[in-house]
Amino acid sequence: MRAWSNEHSSRPAAIATTEPAWVRALLLGVALLFLSLFLFVPLAAVFYEALRKGVGVYLAAISDPYALDAIRLTLLSAAIAVPLNLLFGIAAAWAIAKFEFPGKSLLITLIDLPFAVSPVIAGLIYVLLFGAQGWLGPWLNEHGIRIIFAVPGIVLATIFVTVPFIARELIPLMQAQGTEEEEAALVLGASGWRTFWRITLPNIQWGLLYGVVLCTARAMGEFGAVSVVSGHVRGLTNTLPLHVEILYNEYQFAAAFACASLLTVLALVMLVIKTLIQRRARRQLRLTNGEPA
Amino acid sequence: MRMMPRSRPPRVLPGFGLTLGFSLAYLGLIVLIPLAMAFLRAFNLDWNEFWAIVTAPRVLASYRLTFGASLIAALINTGFGLIVAWVLVRYPFPGKRLIDALVDLPFALPTAVAGITLTTLYAGNGWIGQFLKPLDIKVAFTPLGVVVALTFIGLPFVVRTVQPVLEDLEAEVEEAAASLGARRWQIFQRIIFPAIRPALLTGFTLAFARAIGEYGSVIFIAGNLPMVSEITPLLIVSKLEQYDYNGAAAVAVVMLVLSFLLLLMINLLQRWSRPGRG
Repeated sequence: MRAWSNEHSSRPAAIATTEPAWVRALLLGVALLFLSLFLFVPLAAVFYEALRKGVGVYLAAISDPYALDAIRLTLLSAAIAVPLNLLFGIAAAWAIAKFEFPGKSLLITLIDLPFAVSPVIAGLIYVLLFGAQGWLGPWLNEHGIRIIFAVPGIVLATIFVTVPFIARELIPLMQAQGTEEEEAALVLGASGWRTFWRITLPNIQWGLLYGVVLCTARAMGEFGAVSVVSGHVRGLTNTLPLHVEILYNEYQFAAAFACASLLTVLALVMLVIKTLIQRRARRQLRLTNGEPA
Repeated sequence: MRMMPRSRPPRVLPGFGLTLGFSLAYLGLIVLIPLAMAFLRAFNLDWNEFWAIVTAPRVLASYRLTFGASLIAALINTGFGLIVAWVLVRYPFPGKRLIDALVDLPFALPTAVAGITLTTLYAGNGWIGQFLKPLDIKVAFTPLGVVVALTFIGLPFVVRTVQPVLEDLEAEVEEAAASLGARRWQIFQRIIFPAIRPALLTGFTLAFARAIGEYGSVIFIAGNLPMVSEITPLLIVSKLEQYDYNGAAAVAVVMLVLSFLLLLMINLLQRWSRPGRG
């Protein structure tokens, strides 16, 4: 980026370091056409379909009691999954980035594992564990504990699919930053906690926030894993994405897209926050590496 | 294993045991033990039963569709992703920053939303489908629809892996090549492409792996006809719904093993393609 924007204007005779004008126009056209077909048109369509039957239908759909229950459950499962994965992300990044131990690269691979596993399989493994015919099913049944087709299962499935997000943002960032600053603070007499709060946390804050945003977006939008463990009980075990599916399958298209538009707005807000944070996080990483910001 | 030498400096930073212990316990309880259970469950079956389940014609058809459509979608994303990354890094145009930010939309948008939207658009009376109908191209409720959904899902990967590499390329090298008389296409082939090849492969792998497991966006657009447009994750779900836990676990194990093998293969390929190897 840097190299290019500087060179372009000051070059006397444009030799072959850029493409002929027609090639540039062609590539730009192809890129924009592709993005339009797969991104921009779908994005516009969500809102068009949501408002097609009028604002009244839209408002009725999103203030429907079942929709509100679904929103509540979506927020609840994100509110449990994100802090737990945040705690895990910080702990894992601290151990991996600040210490040497055997099996470290294996641990990093294992953290990424949920990305390689189909969401359906993520749901399946909890059904195999806690379901009526699962390993712990009979015991849970005796004690009147319901995990599958109930809220705990939804929360567990959400946690599973979002495990890597925060850890994998923090690990490279903390590895790049090394341990010198923390060691200095400790030598000067600060306690471990104080060092973490005053030195480490400010250094990683943007990367951390970035991970939290990604994790939240996925937690609220997860469909496959949650769908397998939920049982689709309206008002009880329906998250907003599952509610969208039910409405759509009942041919209530306007209502389905109304609820979908809420999730889309959420996604767009996440993208804005993400873009803002990313700029700062890059600066943070560059400063750490001693490059100019 | 060799004993640690005595003179090794003591760890100054605290919290190693606590953080590593917590990480391992968390990962074990949430991810590893439940995953291991799926394998154990599949081993409830004897080999012949297992083999009969995972090679049933309907299951084989679903592997073909899942892996085939994922491969095509990942290839589409590799080609167009490279062009999008190129345009975003090198050409000035209005609205560039907005478009750059929007590329990540498939990461942020819930897959169910993507599914119902793409289905509506590509159905015969949809905004895009109506132009394809006279050409006799059906997308929604066919395997082609699966490819469309998987292309959407995997769109950001190649762009986001190639973009930073293109940004960091030194302009001087290209200038030197140009002043030595290389044509633009030669420069791309000889200088730019080798530099971005590992990133392209990484992006392809990520898009491919993501597509294989995808469920939410596909089930709306696929039509889900057995033997024709039924993906493997959906087959697992329908086995579960019939309380065929062992069957579901068996197919899941095959999927896990196949995708790990593929990732391993592509990782090796990637190591081999890196410039300056050996």
